[in-house]
Amino acid sequence: MEQALRQFAHASSYSRDSSLRARFVEAVGASIGEDLDARVDSIRVFENEAGFDPFGFDRDTARWMLAVVAWLHRRYFRCIVKGIENVPEGRVLVIANHSGQIPIDGMMIGAALMLDAEPPRFPRSMVERWTVELPFVSTLFPRIGQVLGSPENARRLLQQEECIVVFPEGAKGISKPFKERYRLQPFGLGFMRLALETNTPIVPVSVVGAEEQYISLANWTKVGALMGMPAFPVIPQLFLGMPLPLPTRYRISFGEPLRFEGDPDADDVVIESKVAVVRERIASMIAADRAARRSIFF
Amino acid sequence: MTTVDNQRVTKLMGEARVDFDAERGNSRAGLVEPPTHSGVFPSAFVERELVEEGVVVTGICGRLGKLLTRELHRTTKVIGIDRRPFPDRPRDVVHHEIDLRRSRTKDVFRGGRIRALVHLGVMHNPHVSPRERHQWNVVSFQKLLDYAVQFRVPKVIVLSGAGVYGAHPANPQFLSEDAPLLGAQEDGRTRDLVEMDMLAQSHFWRYPEAETVILRPCNVVGTVRNAASNYLRLARPVTLLGYDPMVQIIDERDVVRAIELALRPGVRGIFNLRGQGELPLSRLLERAGKKPLPLPTSALRVATDSLFQARLSGFSKGQLDFLRFPCMVDDRRAKQELGFSPRYTLDETLARLHLEG
Repeated sequence: MEQALRQFAHASSYSRDSSLRARFVEAVGASIGEDLDARVDSIRVFENEAGFDPFGFDRDTARWMLAVVAWLHRRYFRCIVKGIENVPEGRVLVIANHSGQIPIDGMMIGAALMLDAEPPRFPRSMVERWTVELPFVSTLFPRIGQVLGSPENARRLLQQEECIVVFPEGAKGISKPFKERYRLQPFGLGFMRLALETNTPIVPVSVVGAEEQYISLANWTKVGALMGMPAFPVIPQLFLGMPLPLPTRYRISFGEPLRFEGDPDADDVVIESKVAVVRERIASMIAADRAARRSIFF
Repeated sequence: MTTVDNQRVTKLMGEARVDFDAERGNSRAGLVEPPTHSGVFPSAFVERELVEEGVVVTGICGRLGKLLTRELHRTTKVIGIDRRPFPDRPRDVVHHEIDLRRSRTKDVFRGGRIRALVHLGVMHNPHVSPRERHQWNVVSFQKLLDYAVQFRVPKVIVLSGAGVYGAHPANPQFLSEDAPLLGAQEDGRTRDLVEMDMLAQSHFWRYPEAETVILRPCNVVGTVRNAASNYLRLARPVTLLGYDPMVQIIDERDVVRAIELALRPGVRGIFNLRGQGELPLSRLLERAGKKPLPLPTSALRVATDSLFQARLSGFSKGQLDFLRFPCMVDDRRAKQELGFSPRYTLDETLARLHLEG
């Protein structure tokens, strides 16, 4: 445990051109036929006077994280990505369903944007406040472009014409037990107000395959609350010595961008009706992809 | 506020005379009954421009105060208030060696023709009792503001700091001037600063005829002896294992320049100040040539607290949050309204750490 912690601490600290890590990035890149270094180098951020991204993005950390994620994307989950060309240039909100107990779906959407989009789109995702309080996680996340979810942060990023990934279901969506799989939870309204305010197109995204990676029988939220976590899923495979997610096949579909107009400060009812449009679009995309697959593994 | 007061221009410097009037005139009255002019700027203010006017600087003997004096004294008459002596002061600087809490402070204002009050006299000494610190930072500042009202000082500049926002996990990456002042939640020292900032804010709203400026710089770094610079001067600065927040630092000379800009007529309001570039704490330490000492949070909290209690260190455990969560400011307003943008680079700023001020 301690060793793992130390390794993680080491991994999340800044690399000083460690040749081992460089070789790892190169090897993964070669095996999937992508130049990962070039993809990371193509990321443009708003650097400050000292040459740093004000939100803490760090290229060296991003390089090896992308290698890990790319391997999962191409080899482990063998993602089928459709409609990536629907992601427009400039500011955009990518809105997706959330599932799978741990946010691998976010990583796979990010990988699709970095590997399958031409030119690569650097995704920023909005993370929950409690991750900022976790040691190591709070160090790693900003370095790979994750930002604390707050309207101020999102506004600033959209003004910089960046791409933000949002899961409006939040923790409710990701920690669903297996029997509620693919049942969309209520969507938050914040993303729609933000889109209206900043005149940002919304790209609906459906992720199919994540629900089956960890089969959760129940969600003991009270136990989770004791540990300061928003959820406590009961996952049998963890007790059977299988910490890794099941190698299900991911299907990620990017829908055509939706544009909304109206008053960002309108009543919840008005905003809800707009959010429902996005939610229904995602629901129908999920249904189509579920119907298309023969098995959860293929 | 009466004409009698104004005529009694008494230089009490060095005189051991107790001024009973001033003793009484702690002038809450000045606040309860606002100046007789109601909204209209009294002509006395305007006429004053013709005669030489002074800028009162409290805490002038601090390193920042001295830097400010050096910039100001050639063009402006500088009047210093500090309980410390100022032996190497420029000839044209008038220095009053007074404890801010003493009523003699009032006589400096009574001397008249004060163009501005620049309040730098914040007590940072961590080992002073909370009562004394509160008296100094809050009660005596309240009195200073009362004098400013009573003697119609047209401008008040207060050096607050980004610390008043506090370092919190829910902080947006950049805090605007409207962000709530949550710094008081953890640390008694910051609580006083928040209260000071609030007093200045109420002065801003209650006396619109005076120009009140509140400056909230991020960590001021340089020859100054504040928590941020002292931390960066440590041989092995401690960090919290697993945390590496983004941090901002600002050069002390940039802060001085911001004060100069704030002295211009017409400038009023609250301004965040940031230096050139924010960066992860680990990178800042690297730039400063330091090898950090990462320790687990819980252990460090205990250690910091016991060292503090034993008076072996000036860092309190509340300040550890600044090594853990972001507390960065958005300086767009300072850019637009104050015309301020930082001049000194990170390396130029860090180079000043070990200079003698």
